[in-house]
Amino acid sequence: MSITSDSPNGPSTRRNSSKELPDVGNPAADKIFSGISLSAGILILVVLAAVAIFLVAQALPVFSANAEELTAGSFLKYIWPLTIGTLIASAIALLIATPVGIGVALYISHYAPRRFAKTIGYIIDLLAAIPSVIFGAWGAAVLAPKIVPFYDWLAAYFGWLPIFVGPASQTGKTILTAGIVLGIMILPIITSMCREIFIQTPKLQEEAALGLGATRWEMVKMTVFPFARTGIVSSVMLALGRALGETMAVTLVLASGPLNASLIQSGNQTFASEIALNFPEAYGLRMSELIAAGLVLFVITLIVNVIARMITSRYKEFSGAN
Amino acid sequence: MSKRIDVEDLNVYYGDFLAVEDVNMTIEPRSVTAFIGPSGCGKSTFLRTLNRMHEVIAGARVEGKVMLDGDDLYAKGVDPVLVRSQVGMVFQRPNPFPTMSIRENVLAGVRLNNRKIARSDADDLVESSLRGANLWNEVKDRLDKPGSGLSGGQQQRLCIARSIAVRPNVILMDEPCSALDPISTLAVEDLINELKEEYTVVIVTHNMQQAARVSDKTAFFNIAGTGKPGKLVEYAPTQEIFNNPKQKATEDYVSGRFG
Amino acid sequence: MSSAAVTSSRFTSGQAPKWLTPAVGLAAIILGAALSALIGFSVATWALFAGLIFVIAGPILIGIIEGRRKGSDAFARFLVYGTFLIALIPLVSVLWTVLSKGIPGLSGNLLTTSMNGVTGVVDNKTAAGDQPILGGIYHAIIGTLEITALATIISVPIGLLTAIYLVEYATGGPLSRAITFFVDVMTGIPSIVAGLFAASFFAFATGSPSTRTGFVAAVALSVLMVPTVVRNAEEMLRIVPNELREASYALGVRKWRTIMKVVIPTAISGIASGVTLAIARVIGETAPILVTAGFVNSINFNAFSGWMATLPTYIYYQIMTPTSPTSPQVSETRAWAAALILILIVMLLNLTARAIAKAFAPKTGR
Repeated sequence: MSITSDSPNGPSTRRNSSKELPDVGNPAADKIFSGISLSAGILILVVLAAVAIFLVAQALPVFSANAEELTAGSFLKYIWPLTIGTLIASAIALLIATPVGIGVALYISHYAPRRFAKTIGYIIDLLAAIPSVIFGAWGAAVLAPKIVPFYDWLAAYFGWLPIFVGPASQTGKTILTAGIVLGIMILPIITSMCREIFIQTPKLQEEAALGLGATRWEMVKMTVFPFARTGIVSSVMLALGRALGETMAVTLVLASGPLNASLIQSGNQTFASEIALNFPEAYGLRMSELIAAGLVLFVITLIVNVIARMITSRYKEFSGAN
Repeated sequence: MSKRIDVEDLNVYYGDFLAVEDVNMTIEPRSVTAFIGPSGCGKSTFLRTLNRMHEVIAGARVEGKVMLDGDDLYAKGVDPVLVRSQVGMVFQRPNPFPTMSIRENVLAGVRLNNRKIARSDADDLVESSLRGANLWNEVKDRLDKPGSGLSGGQQQRLCIARSIAVRPNVILMDEPCSALDPISTLAVEDLINELKEEYTVVIVTHNMQQAARVSDKTAFFNIAGTGKPGKLVEYAPTQEIFNNPKQKATEDYVSGRFG
Repeated sequence: MSSAAVTSSRFTSGQAPKWLTPAVGLAAIILGAALSALIGFSVATWALFAGLIFVIAGPILIGIIEGRRKGSDAFARFLVYGTFLIALIPLVSVLWTVLSKGIPGLSGNLLTTSMNGVTGVVDNKTAAGDQPILGGIYHAIIGTLEITALATIISVPIGLLTAIYLVEYATGGPLSRAITFFVDVMTGIPSIVAGLFAASFFAFATGSPSTRTGFVAAVALSVLMVPTVVRNAEEMLRIVPNELREASYALGVRKWRTIMKVVIPTAISGIASGVTLAIARVIGETAPILVTAGFVNSINFNAFSGWMATLPTYIYYQIMTPTSPTSPQVSETRAWAAALILILIVMLLNLTARAIAKAFAPKTGR
């Protein structure tokens, strides 16, 4: 007998003296299967290329259009306020979510009673599971009206600051409210990532710090924060990427308008919200303009996300975690 | 059925790195052959080339011939999967499939290849394989329980039962007792002695007493230094290797002077 | 040693008394109420002042009694506990709002009727108390289920196969690194951009710039779902021990059968729960649906032709453009009821994911 693959295959769960070789299936099946899985991977690359190509193709007419056909006279003039509005809303969100997110993560990893910690983790995940439209609706129906007195107070006592110039919006539908809702939405991203990293702090280091008589806060400052610094930064960047592209929280909460330095008045607009509000009725050049705006948003989030990934991958190399 | 293995001028490479150099040996059927040698000397690597398992590692390749009763495993057109169905392997750590029961584990070689098998034939195969692995009496009442619930030694014998259920010609064992306690080790060693009635058994071991206890012939592998290839230093009946080895290196190793 | 020594040994001397923290808390509440009354009393300002006084005064007192280091430790502790309480406020408030505003809208109509024929006139009558709230979310539920199911059917095979390629076949070459990198990029695509992509792709493919169907929306959701599925499945496949693969190869089993029958069954609980979580994530997406599926008030079973509504877009439009502009509260009630149903679906999916992860985990019992 020979053991080359062209030998006769047959059912031979029982070995007999004539020694038929067992049927191990067709070698081509392996090639086919690996080919299929490879093409799935390539399909992803193709789809992404298609995303870029189709968005660019649909956006192109904007750049050859006459100025008077465009919404703001020129594309740059159109996207400038959107860029600023998007950045303002995201910055507010980060200012709120970063300290609170890190605090909650620290609470779960180092402060909460052990049995309690897991449940709290679930609760924070629950926050992440709530659909954005519901946050938007809550922001518009509950938060915005409730926050008006606070805005009045800000306008009264801090009105000398350009960002709190009164009179405050009496509906509460301002970029600050939108930023707060965004902050609540990105909080779970920061919390869950930071929690993972805080937990990985080497136990030996922590015990060494406590063994030297450090208080818990000193231990956190000495061991947890240095260990987690890059991780915190990249979690914040990822959260920023999410905040930049988030639509519903802004669309439902903000009474949009032209750029306005005061955060407690209506006005300002973000990319995502501008597209969501106008795309359903858009056609022709207006549609191209919105797609071009989407492309700009895509590029901005892409840059933010790539920076975040670069930080994470460098962090992985140095942490020795793997 | 048991088969003879002839190895001719075998070199094993990982990429450009020559891991094992120029091995020639003949392994007789119905015998137990032990490979001994210091860590990193290439004995496990060489063992894996006997059923082409080294190919699982990217970049590993072989020059030379390995013949199973005269058929070259590395000839053109040979399907490595078919080779492995003829030359079974048992690993360092017991690795029963965690999603399968004891019975399913024994039948894995048949079932995973989609072969149809009658219920009664399957029962016979399970019983004969488990008896062959000295495990039947311990598990016959809980064949439908998960295999991972057994003790380490039982798991390793389950893995042996799983490989003999495929009815191979040769069984390779890569340090099969290194993760087991002494009593389980004894049970597996007894089993190896019985297996040689029907199979060609090749075993890699770090434990020289074990090699002395179970094997008919012993091969000593050594390495000149880090980055150098492993070599077959001496291959002779076990008695000879342990009592009057021809090579100085072998003597040093078996008498415990290094390694 | 008497028991009195336990309460005042050298180790316990110099500690702040146990009643200090509650006492400061009580004082903070009273002072907070007083201060807030000065600028116009409200529960929010009361809580704000009480919280501030507590976080600042507590540590200062502890610092005076136990020393500076203990004081700053207490300050950090209070802050950390405080952030947790602050984070709970919106969660509780959102859930409470959805429950309290949603439950009144639950009715037999809600789940069984669409918005077809429900006009402003109808809603005005309802508002005047002449009839119960008419109209419901039946069409939106159909749309949500169909679009999400289609998105799952598209993304699970692509995602799973890509993960298989990356874990089982890739050898770290440029192609696999490119795939890993671009899957990461895809994770960060804003959902509205995914919607724009699907819309412009179908506009190009069909030649009509406003092709909007459930299927276009499903493609948009797939763009969001695929990276989640890939990342999760990749992680799950990687934790399958290599020993199991080798055991299977050593039995003379082909690689593809090893993957299908050993590797995937071992990882299936993690993969399935990951897919469920990915579904839970995209089922609540609004923005990509707005630009791809349009919006309708009537029932459309065909995802391949005609506009479709989903629960999130239903909520959005009921709030943004109430059916009756003069009595928007009727639309809002429907919106909150729909929100309640949507949250229930998402929670159910999350619980299912946990249950799957537990139920199918590899058996280890004796």
